[in-house]
Amino acid sequence: MGKATRAAYGATLIELADEGLPITAVEADLSGSTTLSKFGERYPDRFYNAGIAEANMTNVAAGLALEGNIAFTGSFAIFGTGRAWEQVRNTVCYNDLNVKLAPTHAGVTVGPDGGSHQALEDIALMRVLPHMHVLVPADFNAARAAIRLAAATPGPFYIRLGRAEVAEVHASDFVFELGRAYVLREGTDVTLAACGIEVAEALKAADLLAADGISAEVIDVACIKPLDVETLVASVSKTGRIVTCEEHSVLGGMGSAISEVLSEVCPVPTRRIGVADTFGTSGSPAELIEHFGLDAPSIAAAARELV
Amino acid sequence: MYNRTRVCEQAVKIRLDIITMLAAAGSGHPGGSLSAADIVATLYFGDVLNFDAKNPQDPARDRFVLCKGHAAPVLYAALAQAGYFDKKELLNLRKLGAMLQGHPDALKTPGVEVSTGSLGQGLSIACGMAAALKAAGGPQRVFTLLGDGELQEGQVWEAALFAPHYRLDNLVAIIDSNGLQIDGACCDVMALGDIAGKFRAFGWDACEVDGHDIDALHAVLSAAPCADKPRAIIAHTEKGKGVSFMEGVASWHGVTPCEKQAREACAEIECAGNEARDRARDSVSSEGGHHG
Repeated sequence: MGKATRAAYGATLIELADEGLPITAVEADLSGSTTLSKFGERYPDRFYNAGIAEANMTNVAAGLALEGNIAFTGSFAIFGTGRAWEQVRNTVCYNDLNVKLAPTHAGVTVGPDGGSHQALEDIALMRVLPHMHVLVPADFNAARAAIRLAAATPGPFYIRLGRAEVAEVHASDFVFELGRAYVLREGTDVTLAACGIEVAEALKAADLLAADGISAEVIDVACIKPLDVETLVASVSKTGRIVTCEEHSVLGGMGSAISEVLSEVCPVPTRRIGVADTFGTSGSPAELIEHFGLDAPSIAAAARELV
Repeated sequence: MYNRTRVCEQAVKIRLDIITMLAAAGSGHPGGSLSAADIVATLYFGDVLNFDAKNPQDPARDRFVLCKGHAAPVLYAALAQAGYFDKKELLNLRKLGAMLQGHPDALKTPGVEVSTGSLGQGLSIACGMAAALKAAGGPQRVFTLLGDGELQEGQVWEAALFAPHYRLDNLVAIIDSNGLQIDGACCDVMALGDIAGKFRAFGWDACEVDGHDIDALHAVLSAAPCADKPRAIIAHTEKGKGVSFMEGVASWHGVTPCEKQAREACAEIECAGNEARDRARDSVSSEGGHHG
């Protein structure tokens, strides 16, 4: 296992600040978990802790951004995107501000804290907002690259980070390009489009399918907004079918985003792997991935149904 | 330099513009715009805010955040008067394609620091701006204007904790305490109690002022910062101030006058302005007599 995506947060902000960028960070009492505490220790004058107050955290970041800072916010995904959603909409996005939300602990791999803390709606909440960019890094290297991309690109970003360790799928020099999906494995029979921790599961599923003689193409849809329609259409034009895989509700997330586009420009038989309109529950990350059918065998089974 | 007569004249113009633009728009918020007219006139024309209308992004400027964004007409009137944009824009308020949106839009309107309108968010934004300016060591101050009903938003009190914690003595929050909100009197809808006492308990320097007394407003708005403490100014005002049929009537929160009502309102505002000017002239000439 590689490092968790959240481990990239504080460390990458330090790199960016060391390089001279006007980075600031605002946290809501979770700096140890989000790793923003590391940035705060290195740059105490650029780190603000709003206390347990996510709405204020978000708008303080907006104020910092209005004064020329690149303002990152912390907290957990459920609170940073959910509790503060209207602040993100009406202040961050409506003003098109240089605020970067990278709250951690998205998805069921939060684990034992259970359903209240497992954000399964965050991609949906963020991608419907005008001006917002949505990045879902697959591993630590992609997370570091996503944070660097967000810092270098004006405007609001949501970067989805997780708590659990995740397999490494990208090299340490991975460059995250806005609006680009990455074909990690070429295939001809079915497209597996995944984001976040599901990229590693999709790659394992492709191995399982290969054993059955099914050639699966695996795409890391690292950028959900803007979506790389060209790469997706090229892939399904070849394979004729797609399975979308995400650690998120099947409603409103990456699978919905892809389905919206493909249904208009290149409709193909589709299966959406995700959490089926329900809340999370306590358990270990590995148990929960299996419990909710997000594991490689479940992805492979969905693909077999289509082929 | 502060000149009371000039501020009073600007307040009259602002009130006339509020009525005129809202009557033309056919929708909008007269009550809370009129209650804030003297406050905003003092900020922009009473030598309080440092600004350059020809250079809206001048880094040296003081910042003004209209937290109670529905009072956009009072801000638009002041900005037009200050020269940020052509006064003709006022008559396009709320129309399709207009620079002047129903609530302030910083991406469309020069002089608007940040888009607001969703209540309770501006004080937090002002905190972030004040924190950044303080970190940079500049002399600029951040002023924000809230409604009293708006204080019912919990986020206001998150920000109220933040500002003294980070010693934001460059931050001034003005409360337009007109006592009314959409559903009626604040004390009936959700009582606010001792607002100044609440801010003091949160660690602010707080004071109260008659929000229609220009000299008193100028004194508190231009007072030197209190070391390490943000300042809250509770300005006691009357909703609809200056238009007798609107004064103290909650239903004028979000209803605009018809053409006839607008004419009556403007006549009353002008008449009161003329009387005030005559009184000021008389008092100056009588002072001149004493000294002569």
